[in-house]
Amino acid sequence: MSDSIAERVRRIIVEHLGVEEFKVTENASFIDDLGADSLDTVELVMAFEEEFGCEIPDDAAEKILTVKDATAFIKANVKQ
Amino acid sequence: MKRVVVTGMGMVTPLGCGVAINWQRLISNMSGISAISHFDVSDLPSQIAGIVPRGHGDGVFDPDEFVPPREQRRMDDFLLYALAATTEAVEDSGWKPKGEEDRARTGVIIGSGIGGLPGIAATAVTLERSGPRRVSPFFIPAALINLAAGHVSIKYGFTGPNHATVTACASGAHAIGDASRLIMFGDADVMIAGGTEAAVCRLGLAGFSAARALSTGFNDRPQAASRPWDRKRDGFVMSEGAAMLVLEDLEHARRRDARIYAEILGYGLSGDAHHITAPSENGHGAYRAMANALRNARIEPTAIDYINAHGTSTPLGDEIELSAVKRLFGKHAYKMCISSTKSAVGHLLGAAGATEAIYTILAMRDGIVPPTLNLENPAEGCDVDLVPCTAKARTILTALSNSFGFGGTNASLVFSARP
Repeated sequence: MSDSIAERVRRIIVEHLGVEEFKVTENASFIDDLGADSLDTVELVMAFEEEFGCEIPDDAAEKILTVKDATAFIKANVKQ
Repeated sequence: MKRVVVTGMGMVTPLGCGVAINWQRLISNMSGISAISHFDVSDLPSQIAGIVPRGHGDGVFDPDEFVPPREQRRMDDFLLYALAATTEAVEDSGWKPKGEEDRARTGVIIGSGIGGLPGIAATAVTLERSGPRRVSPFFIPAALINLAAGHVSIKYGFTGPNHATVTACASGAHAIGDASRLIMFGDADVMIAGGTEAAVCRLGLAGFSAARALSTGFNDRPQAASRPWDRKRDGFVMSEGAAMLVLEDLEHARRRDARIYAEILGYGLSGDAHHITAPSENGHGAYRAMANALRNARIEPTAIDYINAHGTSTPLGDEIELSAVKRLFGKHAYKMCISSTKSAVGHLLGAAGATEAIYTILAMRDGIVPPTLNLENPAEGCDVDLVPCTAKARTILTALSNSFGFGGTNASLVFSARP
């Protein structure tokens, strides 16, 4: 699949955090590894919601701390 | 009390990005007013403005030069302009804090009339159309006026006084005056002070139009629209940009052998206590602001060679200001030069006072009075030297700059060429 969920998630992270693509590894933490602050993480979650047409409740959003967390949440909650 | 001097200047206006290009164009009698083309104005009464030229190259504003693209999302344009003008001013001053103590002795006061109005307008639409979950976490910090001073302190690590003035079109002048007082009282050795504004958007134009403040009769001839004291004037032209000064304790500046542009000799403030938008008919507020500035400077009215007037090109305001000048200065009003540089750049609102402070200082430095463009037929009683249409040579040792704002708030600054 050329445009997988993982790839779309990575593209959004690269765009919003202005980081180089190779840094966006599976285990990368938005705050510790990719230079995001708390406002960036709120905006990232909004961007995921927009891209995937879903709603990510605040308590779930708080647990999305890494690239892998984001991909996993979307795979589990978004109908393809 | 310490004496305060200007050691650095930076600006972004419709005439260009940078002090040198601004000055060169201003004294070449050029106008920065143009037709608005970057958003729909077809249903607005005023369709012109002073827009900061953007792009790449000399004299045009390129936000990427000042703020990383990723950070730009956190800032409305008024913050970007503030950072651009500050960058130039700080570099120009050569002030480089050497440690924590130096940084703690360096502060920032940046004023703005309205702050992030375009972002407020756009976010209100987002809220109505898409609901609160679509409102950006950066919306509030991108719009708040004191974030200009906040961003400057974060960028440079200046940990001294951090403040903002919000007095409509007097914000820039009040920032400079208040910052000079902080240095005088020993709260800081160096202050970044100025104003910034970027409210040229549909909501801003609609609002000022509704208040009947804007020029509407020159949409087909934008460069002729701002015409202070002229019989055909019909309102001000909205404009955007930022201007920053580096103010410094005279002794501090001398110790580091800094270039000194001018001394802040006097600062006067007053309130009209009259009307929310109109100046008091007798010009008493303007009179007292100027008189207070002269008293604070400990000079006689006859010492003033040049007044950079508030002169916005509104039917009411221009003549009231001039009548106040005539009452205060008497016969000397006929011996000095008075001009309004808003004729060239329009009304930068909260950035106007700082922009005009820089123009005033450059007028002293070079002995050139910037013109009042489009002053073809002066209104009755406008019989003093208003420097119509063309810049002129004149030695200026001491100058005064006026800024008045909605709500009836007035500020006058007196600058002298040599400390």
